[in-house]
Amino acid sequence: MVPYEVFTSTVQYAVETERVFKGPVWSYLGLSRDVSEPSDYLVSAIGEIPIIVVRNLDGVLRAMVNRCAHRGALLCLERSGSARKFSCVYHAWSYDLDGNLTNVAFEKGIKGDGGMAPNFRKEDHGLRRIRIAEFSGLLFGSFSEGAPDIEDYLGPEVCGRIKRVLHKPLRVLGRNTQILPNNWKLYMENVKDSYHASILHLFFTTFRLNRLTQSGEIIVDESGGHHVSYSRIDQDHSNAQYEKDDVRSHNDKVALTDPAILRTFDEFGDGISLQILTVFPGFVLQQVQNSLAIRQVLPRGTDKTDLVWTYIGFEDDDEEMQEHRLVQNNMVGPAGYISMEDGAVGGFIQRGITGTSEDASVVLMGGEGAESQTSRVTEASVRGFWKKYRSLMGT
Amino acid sequence: MVLGETKREMLIQLMDLHARYSAALDNDRLEDWPTFFTDDATYRITSRADAAEDLPLGIIYCNSKEMMIDRITSTRQANIFEGQGYRHIIPAPLILTASETEIMAETSFCVIRIMHAGDSMLFASGVYRDNIVSSEGDLKFSSKTVVLDSHKIDTLLAIPL
Repeated sequence: MVPYEVFTSTVQYAVETERVFKGPVWSYLGLSRDVSEPSDYLVSAIGEIPIIVVRNLDGVLRAMVNRCAHRGALLCLERSGSARKFSCVYHAWSYDLDGNLTNVAFEKGIKGDGGMAPNFRKEDHGLRRIRIAEFSGLLFGSFSEGAPDIEDYLGPEVCGRIKRVLHKPLRVLGRNTQILPNNWKLYMENVKDSYHASILHLFFTTFRLNRLTQSGEIIVDESGGHHVSYSRIDQDHSNAQYEKDDVRSHNDKVALTDPAILRTFDEFGDGISLQILTVFPGFVLQQVQNSLAIRQVLPRGTDKTDLVWTYIGFEDDDEEMQEHRLVQNNMVGPAGYISMEDGAVGGFIQRGITGTSEDASVVLMGGEGAESQTSRVTEASVRGFWKKYRSLMGT
Repeated sequence: MVLGETKREMLIQLMDLHARYSAALDNDRLEDWPTFFTDDATYRITSRADAAEDLPLGIIYCNSKEMMIDRITSTRQANIFEGQGYRHIIPAPLILTASETEIMAETSFCVIRIMHAGDSMLFASGVYRDNIVSSEGDLKFSSKTVVLDSHKIDTLLAIPL
C-alpha cells in the first residue's frame, strides 16, 4: 500500500530532496559525448538542484551546483556551451572549471577604499562540487560520499543491460521535454509497471505489437531501485506474418496502411525487441524495437515533472537505419503512439488523489515481493521502487 | 519568380489553404488532414533548438501520406487522451520563393488547446516551413515542417498541428 500523500505532500517533497536526491544515489546528468572536449559544459539537474557538468582544461570531468557562492545566482544560463571560466552576471565573481573561486570584483576595494572583509579567503568560497561518474557514455552525479562506485550502484545485471544498448558511439537524433502534470514518483511507477502496457496502450494490441505470447522477464535489482523489463520478438509472428496478415487487428477493422513502423531489425542480435530499464531515482533507457531513447525524470514541485527525452541512434547508422529510427520514434515521446498516454495517466492520478489523506494505492499484482519474475503481469518493480525509496527516507 | 498580381493571387490562395487546413484540425475533421498533402509529402514537427542543430527527429514524423492516414487511425482507434480541441491562429504567410507551380513559404502559428473541462492554454507556437505545389489552381503541401518555438510540450500532443 502506498499512501497517496507521498505524491501530494510538500513536506514529503522537501525531505525527498535531502534524503533521496542528495542521498547515496547516482542521478543521470547527461551524455559524455556532449562534453567531449576540454571546456565543454552542459547544465542539468539532480532533483530540482541545478548542476553544471564540465570537462576542465586537463580533460577531467567535474560536476558542481550551478550556483554562485556569493549570493546564490545561477552561473550558467545556457543549456550547454564551451567556457574557460564561469562568471556570475550579478557581481562578476569568477570560477575556474574545477569550481575554485578565482576572482572577486573589487576584492581589495577601489583605491584601497572598501573591499571584502579582511578575513575573506577565496579558497573558502568555491562552487559546491559533487561526485561525477561515467558509465557506458552516461554521466551520473552524486551529492553523497555514501553512494558506492557507479558499477556497484547499478549492479552487474543493469550494467550489462545498459551496455547491451549503448555499445558504440551515439548519434543524437533530437531532444524535447514533456511536461507531466504529476509527481515524479507517479512517472517512475508508470515506467516500471509492465502490467499496464497492453491495457492502457491500445496501439500495442490494436496493431498486435505486444502480444501475450511474447516471452520476457522483469529483472529487479537487489536494492529494488533499478529494473529491466524486456520481451522478445515472437518468432511465430515474424515480420513476414505481419505482412501476410496485412497488419490487421483481431477484429479486422483497423489496419496500418504503411507497416514500415512495425518492422524490427534485430540490431542487438539477441531477439529482444523491447527493453525498458530504470536506474533509481530518475533515469530510463528505452529500446522499443529500433527506437532508442534516454529519459531523465526531473521533479518540478509535488505535482509537476519534466520528462527530458534524448532520442539516439548510432554514429555508424546508415541512411536507411536512421530513417527507420525516425519512423519508429513516432511510437515514443510526447506524441508517441505508445507513450503519449503515459504523459496523461499520472495527471489522472494526481487529480484523483487531491485532498486525500486517508487512502492508499494497491500494488499487489504478482504478489507482495520485489523479486525478478518472468511474468510481465506484475508490479514487482513498482514494489522495488518503494523498497529503495523507503530505505532512503527511513520510513 | 512570380511577381505583382500573380504573387498577390498566390498569397490569397495560400491563406485560403491555411484557413482550410486549420479549420479541418480545429473542427475535428482529422480524416481530412492528409488530403492537404501530396501523395509523397512529408510532415515533421521539430523544435527551434533541434532545427538549429539540424537534428532530424520528428515529434511526429510522416514520410508518406499513408503514415498521415495511420496517425489519424491511431488517434481515433488506439490512443487514449482527454477530450481536447485546438484553435489555430495563423497570420499572413511569408512567401520566400514562388514559381507558377511551386511555393516556399514560412508562416507563423499559435495553437490554443481547449480541454473538455474548459481549461484553455497557449499550447504551441512556431512557424510552418512549407513547400507547396500548385496544380491547376489547387494547392497542396509537398512538405511541411512544424518548427515549435519551445522544446517543451505540455502533457501530450495527440492531434497534429
